Amino acid sequence: MIELTINKKKVRVEKGITILYAAKQNGIHIPTLCYMEGVHKFGSCRICSVEVEGARTLQVACMTEARDGMVVHTNSKKVLKARKVLYELMLSDHSKNCLSCNRNQSCELQQLGETLCVSENRFHTSSIREQIDISPSITRDLSKCILCRRCVTACKNIQEIGVLGAQNRGFDTVIAPAMDKPLNDAKCSFCGQCVVVCPVGALKETDHIGRVWDAINNPDIRVVVQPAPAVRVGLGEMFGYPVGTSVTGQMAAALKLLGVDDVFDTDWAADLTIMEEGTEFLHRAISVLSGKKAVLPMITSCSPGWIKYIESYYPQLIPHLSTCKSPHMMLGALAKSYYAEKINVEPEKMYTVSIMPCTAKKFEISREEMKNRGVVNVDAVLTTRELGQMIKQAGIDFRNLEGENFDDPMGYSTGAADIFGVTGGVMEAAVRSVYAIITGRELPFEELHIPAIVGLGQIKEASLKLENVLPDYKMFEGFEVKIAVTSGLAGAKILMEQIVAGTSPYHFIEVMGCPSGCICGGGQPRSSDPDVRNKRLKAIYTEDEGKVLRQSHLNPSIVSIYEKYLIKPGGHISHELLHTHYVDRSEEC
Amino acid sequence: MTLTKKTPQKLPDDHKQKLEKIAEIIAANEAKESNLIMILHAAQGIYGYLPFVVQSFIADKMRISVSKISGVVTFYSFFSTEPKGKHTIMVCMGTACYVRGGKKLVEGLKKHLNVDVAETTEDGKFTLSQARCIGACGLAPAMMIDNTVYKAVTPNKIESILSKY
Repeated sequence: MIELTINKKKVRVEKGITILYAAKQNGIHIPTLCYMEGVHKFGSCRICSVEVEGARTLQVACMTEARDGMVVHTNSKKVLKARKVLYELMLSDHSKNCLSCNRNQSCELQQLGETLCVSENRFHTSSIREQIDISPSITRDLSKCILCRRCVTACKNIQEIGVLGAQNRGFDTVIAPAMDKPLNDAKCSFCGQCVVVCPVGALKETDHIGRVWDAINNPDIRVVVQPAPAVRVGLGEMFGYPVGTSVTGQMAAALKLLGVDDVFDTDWAADLTIMEEGTEFLHRAISVLSGKKAVLPMITSCSPGWIKYIESYYPQLIPHLSTCKSPHMMLGALAKSYYAEKINVEPEKMYTVSIMPCTAKKFEISREEMKNRGVVNVDAVLTTRELGQMIKQAGIDFRNLEGENFDDPMGYSTGAADIFGVTGGVMEAAVRSVYAIITGRELPFEELHIPAIVGLGQIKEASLKLENVLPDYKMFEGFEVKIAVTSGLAGAKILMEQIVAGTSPYHFIEVMGCPSGCICGGGQPRSSDPDVRNKRLKAIYTEDEGKVLRQSHLNPSIVSIYEKYLIKPGGHISHELLHTHYVDRSEEC
Repeated sequence: MTLTKKTPQKLPDDHKQKLEKIAEIIAANEAKESNLIMILHAAQGIYGYLPFVVQSFIADKMRISVSKISGVVTFYSFFSTEPKGKHTIMVCMGTACYVRGGKKLVEGLKKHLNVDVAETTEDGKFTLSQARCIGACGLAPAMMIDNTVYKAVTPNKIESILSKY
């Protein structure tokens, strides 16, 4: 323990922590802007400057270690003046169109101005950079960028891609891809982790709200929506609910009130994905066990940011990817075939909207492969944030809605589908069903959770020995299935390098593009709660455990669609509608 | 303003050989990130300038992101992403040269060569550039052409100086 003085108050704190923390622990709030707990600690904005007696200049509280005997002033005249000038300088080349900015009232720069009691705008410049870069997933508005570099940290240090970086110098500095190219011409995965950390309106999802309203308001169009598993544990935050609140029923009710025709559930398609992906894994494993050629480890393909990453950086490993489309694309394809036929609507007159915790899904729907019989599988993707905005725009009293169910025939799901929203979930869901199919027994773990792959670790692994298997699967007797799970592209890189080096011990790998999986995807509400990941994770597992059925292959609605339409997993119709192929993008930029 | 994709520049005939030489430099520096500026310096010496293709080549070889390379290249005025002329004219715009007519000298050169600063003449002979201070304040206003320093240059001396090249 050390003792220091902050604002004339003697405080005792642990050695090694920053002045910012020492103050926080003692109830003293030092304003910050670029600092983000657990994400970004760089000292780039200088807003947290404090006076340390004996130091020549002001020190940034987020970077400076508290030391024994230090005397710190967080509100001296010098500090208050410096903070105000720093803020005013940031405003000087910031586009001040707050009223028409989508971060109005949720902007950290705006909130800081209020905290600092800034009431004038003294510095004017003509060098505001009016530049907008619209990619299929992410829109950059450089007139709003304050150069805090949180996005650079997210891209370079967390995801280890480094598409975004500081370019040029001085007044010309911009945060941009190399040579100031548009994002679409850089090898960007569109994961959107930069968007989630942006404190202002400089980075946001590319807007699909307008086109969705157009479809809803067109009487000739049948609008079909589906929300992803992680949306239900994030959306509540847009309406003041604590982080980690599930709002599944209210979300379904709100979607109906928006005026869409059918409210299906991506969870249903997640169960379907397990049937297809599980079967694909079984086929590959059986081939290998019987001495035939097949590519293992097989890697999951639900996360479009991950897919764009492997296509751009490890195209030689594409054969390892499962050929399954992501769940919402499967549902879109079936809505415009199976369901359209059933209700006698032309697929061209159906408009499918996916509500996703993801920005990369906006790019995914524009892929050439994501079409069947000449029509796109999914027409629009709204992020969780965009859905929240639409619900507010429509004047729906979300907090007082009675919960409703999803619509048949693509609305009923098992708990295995819920956990698609969190790292380890797709793998656990797949193993629950594959194990049951091979052995005829339930997975021998409490609550069907595989403890080694539950949680927020970067790389998690487990192995599972198959014993007393059913006669049809006798080749698996005694076989030890080795699995690995990672979330975030930095972890994916480690697992891919193992495959390249020929040292990967695994048979099946789950990769989610965003750290912690979809619960913290690029389309989820921005949160300042440092424990947001654990709280949303817990909410997802609670959804799972609350379901009557917990294994995808037992979903009666899925059993029924195979009987009525798809015939069998991995069959001819499945291959046409539910599977896809990938593109080598290494030479694209 | 919306960003549009730039048309790729035409590559020199000996592009591949030049990249091989750059690869040798990277290998000699053990692809260390701490040697990046030295590597870029050498690469510009070999290639003449550092267009995006060269930056991405270096990024791949060094296993660092191209935005990082481009960040360094665009930060330092020494590096150029456009092809340079046969000779580089560098006009000093440090305080001493500036107050003694550096600005007029640049204007004169712009008019004479029919280019802007950081551009190259149509015949590929001269690239016009500015420096903050070349350390020859006693000779103000000074300019350099390649490695030769010219002192007390006034616009009326431009023609006779350039005719030597």
